[in-house]
Amino acid sequence: MSPELRTQVGQLARRSILRTLRQPAQIVPALIFPLFLLAVNAGGLKDATNLPGFPTDSYITFAVAITFVQGALFSVMNTGTDLARDIETGFLNRMALTPLRGAALLSGLLAGSFVLGLLQAVAFLTAGLAGGAEIAAGVGGAAMILLLAVAITAAFGTIGLFAALRTGSGEAVQGLFPVFFVFLFLSSMALPLDLITTNWFHTVASINPVTYLLEAFRSLLIEGWEVGPLLLGFGIAAAIFVLGMTAAASALKTRLVRT
Amino acid sequence: MNTGIEVNGLVREFKNGPRAVDGIDLEVAPGEIYGFLGPNGAGKSTTVLMLTTLLPPTAGSASVAGFDIASEGPRVRAAIGAALQEAALDPLLTGREHMKLQTALHGIPKGERERRGDELLERVGLSQAADRKVGGYSGGMKRRLDLALALAHRPRILFLDEPTTGLDIQSRTALWEEVARLAADDGVTVFLTTQYLEEADALANRVGIIDHGKIVAEGTPAALKAEIGRPTVEAVPRDPGEQERTAAVLARFGERAGSSPKGAAVRLEGGESGLADVVRALDSEGIAIETLQLHAPSLDDVFLAKTGRSLEGAEEDEAEAEESAAEASPA
Repeated sequence: MSPELRTQVGQLARRSILRTLRQPAQIVPALIFPLFLLAVNAGGLKDATNLPGFPTDSYITFAVAITFVQGALFSVMNTGTDLARDIETGFLNRMALTPLRGAALLSGLLAGSFVLGLLQAVAFLTAGLAGGAEIAAGVGGAAMILLLAVAITAAFGTIGLFAALRTGSGEAVQGLFPVFFVFLFLSSMALPLDLITTNWFHTVASINPVTYLLEAFRSLLIEGWEVGPLLLGFGIAAAIFVLGMTAAASALKTRLVRT
Repeated sequence: MNTGIEVNGLVREFKNGPRAVDGIDLEVAPGEIYGFLGPNGAGKSTTVLMLTTLLPPTAGSASVAGFDIASEGPRVRAAIGAALQEAALDPLLTGREHMKLQTALHGIPKGERERRGDELLERVGLSQAADRKVGGYSGGMKRRLDLALALAHRPRILFLDEPTTGLDIQSRTALWEEVARLAADDGVTVFLTTQYLEEADALANRVGIIDHGKIVAEGTPAALKAEIGRPTVEAVPRDPGEQERTAAVLARFGERAGSSPKGAAVRLEGGESGLADVVRALDSEGIAIETLQLHAPSLDDVFLAKTGRSLEGAEEDEAEAEESAAEASPA
């Protein structure tokens, strides 16, 4: 990375982090809603652990994985809304008049998501452990959970960047949020894939990438160190990241038609 | 080679929209302040977007600081500063943080960034407010910060798109002084769009008047007004019941012009020398006059003469055009 690009990424990352930290309205819902859902699920679905083949006796250990994915979904909205606001206010045009490179803009904007993703993951893990969840993979597993959470947050963030650049509207980006929640509900969110008996639901959940993101977290929480689910989880995050960044870079070229 | 601005037959069409800029030609000399005057939707901002390389022209050519806007975009951007319509600032960042970001993105060495930022904040009178979030700034403060940001990399040419729209008269005057100083002391070429006649009059060395995407008049403010040549005389009778008779007397000396609700006005066909005849005529008719005023020709008169409409009246007519141009996607 050239010194010029490093400076640009660094400055835009700093701005993105400052913006995130100065907007409690972005941070609070991204922390509260997943924890609320965790409390509801852990309280209301704990009898599911009695099902034959359920992988753990602790439903909260099973359910805490959902918070990481749900929290990451907020990054779609936050990252996208921030960029859409820059487009709407003309701030993007201001930056376009500098020698700013597109790669620096996209990477810098994702930095805020990284920070929020890390804050969320620490909060969810702490709350889960306080509520009785366990991490079979130990302290190293906890670190891996944080890393995976941040990777997923960044990956989903690229979708927010693409949506913002394509539409230029904060409202349109926010409209994506319920769509992504459908993906979460049509996954192995509430039950392990093997225990979903409804055929169509099983089929949908088994082709839904969110299922495998959840499985990666659960492997560390319930089983210990298993290479397969982790590779799949990180692989899916990497694939979403690459696809999202490619689409966002292409949309940026269209949006920034500077000569 | 003109190191100011040179524009030849510049056109911008929007898909499903109007021809926002319709073959304009203009030239701005280095160090000159050029006022681009016109109502909303006339094509001013579209022209600025093209000259600042943010919008490719549909046809025609232009060079800015000696570089072609279509093929040498990065060189043009390095030479210009721009404060575009609506101060584009981040309400969550402070003034100082804006300066830091802008100087860094322009590649100013790390050791110089803080000094340059402080120098510009002081220049625009924002040193005291530098560490406050911009969301709490007034409109005038935002515009001044916008100007400071545009100057971060010491540009040779400055584009200001309606820099004082919505500002109170004090903030407006302060900004005018700063812009005039930039041109006079630092030799910066300024391309200023405005819909305020007095702004173009006070600041610009030369003015181009644009309407429906075409330049309808160009010259120094004095030359443009001299071209129109006819001052307006307005009389307000002491007795409001005499308004009709006053208007009838004045009508002998020229065509009717806009006046205050209680008065009557005409454009003097014989110029300023006709004023004495007007006074004598009103006196011989026995009309007692409350006030009598002679108005020199304004740029609005120029606009009226060239387009058949008053600039202020044109605002509403053009609002719809501007809206559709803004909504139209690039062709």
